[in-house]
Amino acid sequence: MTHTQTPTSKRGKLVNLRNFPGFNPTAWFVLFFLYSPLVYVVIYSFNSSRIGAVWESFSVKWYGKVFENDDIQRALKNSLQVGFVATLLSTILAVMAALGLLRMKRAGKAVAIALIGAPLIIAEIVLAVGTLGLFIAVGVPLGKIGLMVAHTAFCIPFALLPIRARLSQLDMAPFEAAADLGANERQILRRITLPLLAPAIFAGALLAFAISIDDFITSFFVAGPGATTLPVYIFGMIRSTVTPEVNAISTLLLLFSGSVLIGSYLIQRKRR
Amino acid sequence: MTATTSAPKSDSKRLENRARPGQSSPKLAYLPIIFLAFAIGVPLLIIVIYSFLEKPSQGTGVKWVFTTENYKALFIQQKLDGTTSLDTRYIKVLWTSFIYSLITTIVTLILSVPVAMWIATRDARRRTLLVALVTLPFWISILIRTYGMRQIIADEGPIGKFLSLFNIDWSILYSPPATILGLIYVFLPFMILPIYASAERFDFRLAEAAYDLGAKKLTVVRKIILPSIRPGIISGVALVFIPALGSFLQSDMLGGGKTNMVANVIANNFGQARNWPFGSALAVLLIVLTLLFILIIQGVSQRRGDKVELV
Amino acid sequence: MASTKRRRASYIAALAAAGALLLSACGGETTADTGASETAAATTGDFPTTGSGVVNVYNWTDYIDPEELKRFTAETGIEVILDTYDSNETLLAKLQSGATGYDVIVPSDYMVAQMVELGLLQDIGVSSFPNGGNIKDNLVDVYWDSGRNYSAPWNYGTTGIACNFAAEPECANIKSWKDYFTAGLPKMDSLKDQVEVVSAALRATGVAGADLCTTDTAKYIAAEELLAGFKPAVIESDGGIERVTAGTSNVRHAWNGSTHRMTVENPDVQYIYPSDGLNLWADNLAVPVGAPNLDNAKIFINWMMGPEAAGKQSNFSGYDNGIKGSDAFMDEALKTDPAVVVPADKQALISPLPNCGEEARELYTQVFTTWTTSQ
Repeated sequence: MTHTQTPTSKRGKLVNLRNFPGFNPTAWFVLFFLYSPLVYVVIYSFNSSRIGAVWESFSVKWYGKVFENDDIQRALKNSLQVGFVATLLSTILAVMAALGLLRMKRAGKAVAIALIGAPLIIAEIVLAVGTLGLFIAVGVPLGKIGLMVAHTAFCIPFALLPIRARLSQLDMAPFEAAADLGANERQILRRITLPLLAPAIFAGALLAFAISIDDFITSFFVAGPGATTLPVYIFGMIRSTVTPEVNAISTLLLLFSGSVLIGSYLIQRKRR
Repeated sequence: MTATTSAPKSDSKRLENRARPGQSSPKLAYLPIIFLAFAIGVPLLIIVIYSFLEKPSQGTGVKWVFTTENYKALFIQQKLDGTTSLDTRYIKVLWTSFIYSLITTIVTLILSVPVAMWIATRDARRRTLLVALVTLPFWISILIRTYGMRQIIADEGPIGKFLSLFNIDWSILYSPPATILGLIYVFLPFMILPIYASAERFDFRLAEAAYDLGAKKLTVVRKIILPSIRPGIISGVALVFIPALGSFLQSDMLGGGKTNMVANVIANNFGQARNWPFGSALAVLLIVLTLLFILIIQGVSQRRGDKVELV
Repeated sequence: MASTKRRRASYIAALAAAGALLLSACGGETTADTGASETAAATTGDFPTTGSGVVNVYNWTDYIDPEELKRFTAETGIEVILDTYDSNETLLAKLQSGATGYDVIVPSDYMVAQMVELGLLQDIGVSSFPNGGNIKDNLVDVYWDSGRNYSAPWNYGTTGIACNFAAEPECANIKSWKDYFTAGLPKMDSLKDQVEVVSAALRATGVAGADLCTTDTAKYIAAEELLAGFKPAVIESDGGIERVTAGTSNVRHAWNGSTHRMTVENPDVQYIYPSDGLNLWADNLAVPVGAPNLDNAKIFINWMMGPEAAGKQSNFSGYDNGIKGSDAFMDEALKTDPAVVVPADKQALISPLPNCGEEARELYTQVFTTWTTSQ
């Protein structure tokens, strides 16, 4: 935003249109509100007392428990496996969809967009129980494979978002030049379109991964024994509450999400 | 969902408008569409079909007998004494979900507009940091955020302990306000970010010009700033209201395990209550209501010249 | 040029990594164990006491001692993967939804009967296991499994009311289910269990223990009306111990073993035997049809029928168990807690929950649904 002369009111007082009354405190309040539960979780993950709310003394024992807890390792492994596969597949399908959608006719496009956008509009519980019904009808045993399919499906719209946004911003010039020089469709795709889209594809993949890792409702309904993901496991822990241990896991996940976010910011800044 | 004001087309020609050699074929989209038809379309179809079937005697699953009883059961209750009466239970559940979502949307809107405007008017470096700060919670699992909120508003949590110093009784966990608070907390970033995206693009020189021309500050806000960020507001409203309507965790973890929101009732029917057809009917109703809401949003925004896109 | 080569290499690497993950995902941990019969080292007759691989146990939340599971793995070499549920109905729903990967489940008495009816359980001949002779005499020929073919006894107990007499003075006035449902106190908890809640409501409105499977709708209408005025703060079967110990809840519809664990943390919490009667239930270990690790399941069940395992499990859960000789391993605190060892004057209040017919079950569901959706 460029600096312009600060306007003055009719009475000659300096008025800064960038400062509205009450906005500053509201903003600080909102930030405080957004972060206080997270800060609490981090702080109390170091509480040595078994009863969460009462602070006893500083201790890292709950982190120790997390690391020696086999069930958590298993749940984490499941989450990562499902996450990686879902991210890979959904990103690939999202790229294909983004490119194909550009030239689809109205009717097909509407159907495609409806199918892709469905997870965004329809409450997850509906798709989760529908997927359960699907797997039973088809006879797929409830397990990791089914979970991967389900996750891929609802990750596609998230992977698609940045890609479509970027596509609509692309300048036509390189494409026209390549066409003029005689490049065919595949070459343009490989050498121009995809490289130009690369940052958006990366952003889409990151988004898809985050969505998959954090997913709860679908994983809760569709996962069978041996396919428990981390959120489902944490939910079970919260239900029976060994509180400080849950805070420890939550803090670790916080660190993970935070580093991924910071990492992607740094990567994007480097590209510029 | 994104809403954009239809601005005049910029100079750089848009990729989609010209069929030219070298562009990717629409056939590329076939594989994703087929996959989604199977992974999303079929489950939805199954839900619709199940809603017209009967419940088998031993509970789980469906009996392949056509019936409209499930839809009737949403509104009419076959009481134990044999009489039928208007069933307010599920209407209440739908109403509760609607009200909670409405309150959540309004409160987040009221909080988000100032915050988004404030961030947009900071200098560039602080802006990046602030946007990152607002975005980070968005990336943290809703489960963890809801759980963190639960610990904060617990009776013996920090708020309760602080207020007990003044002998004020603090007991809101496991009650409707707790659920709503949880919804607001979880969905706040969903409202801030789209409004910020709009606010960032707003050129403040317009506001200053208006001010120079003699408009009062409030008028500037009302007639210039707000209309410009309206697309962001519409996106935000959609991004908050729709998921809040279908939310599950907040009522379960903060409301005391009660089933008073739609998603909880549906989940219960596919779980302990073992009435899949009825759960499906309720799910269909939820879908219909959501689509209705989207149509309203599209209608409202299109009349004002905005374009609303799903993805 | 070099950059495209590098990029291509990284694409391939990424694909390879994903492929490896995908393949490893296929080899899931619920595949049937073919190893047990071959690698069975020490055997007692025909019954192996060690094995390999895993056993998928599906149990009530916070019900099994994690230390005992570690001891089991150490002694038998079989790893335990634990998943949890919060009610018999949830268990049934999950099994019928196609979750075929569980090896051992823990249904209550009436649910075993229901599952046998539905053909969901495997006949494994529990009484012929090496530890089968440890079953307490009065638990061998039970109505849900005469002769113990499908199920082994686990823990048994009663369901009453846990009350924090210090935090909630009104506890002294809660002497029956009727008192409980009409108390209207803050910080009250209920179980999310339709059988427990509705049977308690029936008892509160005068239905005798033997009549709990009645199909007389008038009785259910009365129960429904009673429940209409009951609005607890939390309806959750899980996490009750933590809530009461932390002071979040003061009055809870609770199992006696949970209450024992609350009392150990806070002696102000006592167990109330409602004067209108309470349920006696007995949980069991069973193997569902389609269990992928049948041999490991049998080893697990047999191991749990050992007196030491049973005794230590009781110490953890707070309930009595169905295994002879476990007394030697049980804490004194268990034996002296009136919640765990039923006092003589309360014996008459207890009655087991029979397996109700379909019509009665439908009525239970209807009353419970009406109550939960009107919160």
